Amino acid sequence: MTETLIPEMSCQELVELVTAYLDGALPAADVTRLEHHLEGCDGCRAYIDQMRQTIAALGHLPPESLTAEARERLMGAFAAWRDEGRGR
Amino acid sequence: MPPQHASPGSGGDRTTRPGADEELIAALRRGEADAFRMLVEEHGPFLTRLALMHVPSRAIAEEVVQDTWLAALNGLDRFEGRSSLRTWLASIVLNKARTQGQRERRVLPFSFLARRRAEGRNEPAVDPDRFQSGRDQQPGAWARPPVEWASPEERLSSDEARRVLLEAIAELPPRQREVITLRDVSGLSAAETCNALDLTETNQRVLLHRARSKVRAALERHFQAEDPSR
Repeated sequence: MTETLIPEMSCQELVELVTAYLDGALPAADVTRLEHHLEGCDGCRAYIDQMRQTIAALGHLPPESLTAEARERLMGAFAAWRDEGRGR
Repeated sequence: MPPQHASPGSGGDRTTRPGADEELIAALRRGEADAFRMLVEEHGPFLTRLALMHVPSRAIAEEVVQDTWLAALNGLDRFEGRSSLRTWLASIVLNKARTQGQRERRVLPFSFLARRRAEGRNEPAVDPDRFQSGRDQQPGAWARPPVEWASPEERLSSDEARRVLLEAIAELPPRQREVITLRDVSGLSAAETCNALDLTETNQRVLLHRARSKVRAALERHFQAEDPSR
């Protein structure tokens, strides 16, 4: 009976709340509506899965590299900074 | 079912050395080159990635990163330990890279400026055409729902998918690009990202959501082109 008092969440509304949901920043009432919607909606389940997969893939991009020359230039800059400071 | 927090992967530019910042800073003050070398190894790739978001070449990015280290060394006394060293370095490199990028911008193509203006607009996460309209039976329900990606882990780790990801990030307006690079690519927390970019929590989340939505859409287009039967 009480369920009819909770406004249904539409798919179009749900896709705007995914980041808040995954961050645990969604108010409890909206979490309930969202999860209730997910139970009956293949499209939105696929959508959230794809968002999770996208986030995971972004986290697995290979790191930038630092060239040996850049590293040596930095060590040289550090030595100059240190010597300057000590000379004062 | 509790919401699953997006867990950062194991790769990338991230670091997990809580409490080590203060020791390293003390060693820098004593002029220990090994401490500096360690910091460069730990944060250098991350800082280079952030600089590359705003400047057109690796050579310029490396100069910006070098300026960042010097600014940090000269400003060690201003580092208060309220944020992590990584967050502090990120805010320095981003300021320098943005300034440098503005100098280069005179020669940037029109599309860059157009993207910049688009940032402030209300952007839906998904093309409204994919939902039923007010004239349909169920307004706001999917008209063309997304389809589960087949063997996503395998396909998402391919060189091809990585190229799509990097291109999609490069196409984003600057603030969205910064937020998704810090949060999802480099694994900073929401709080660290707000700190490094001087954003409110709400703003950070809006920018991240728009960015992720566009990157997801780019992957969807890519997979559909690869597999048009689905």
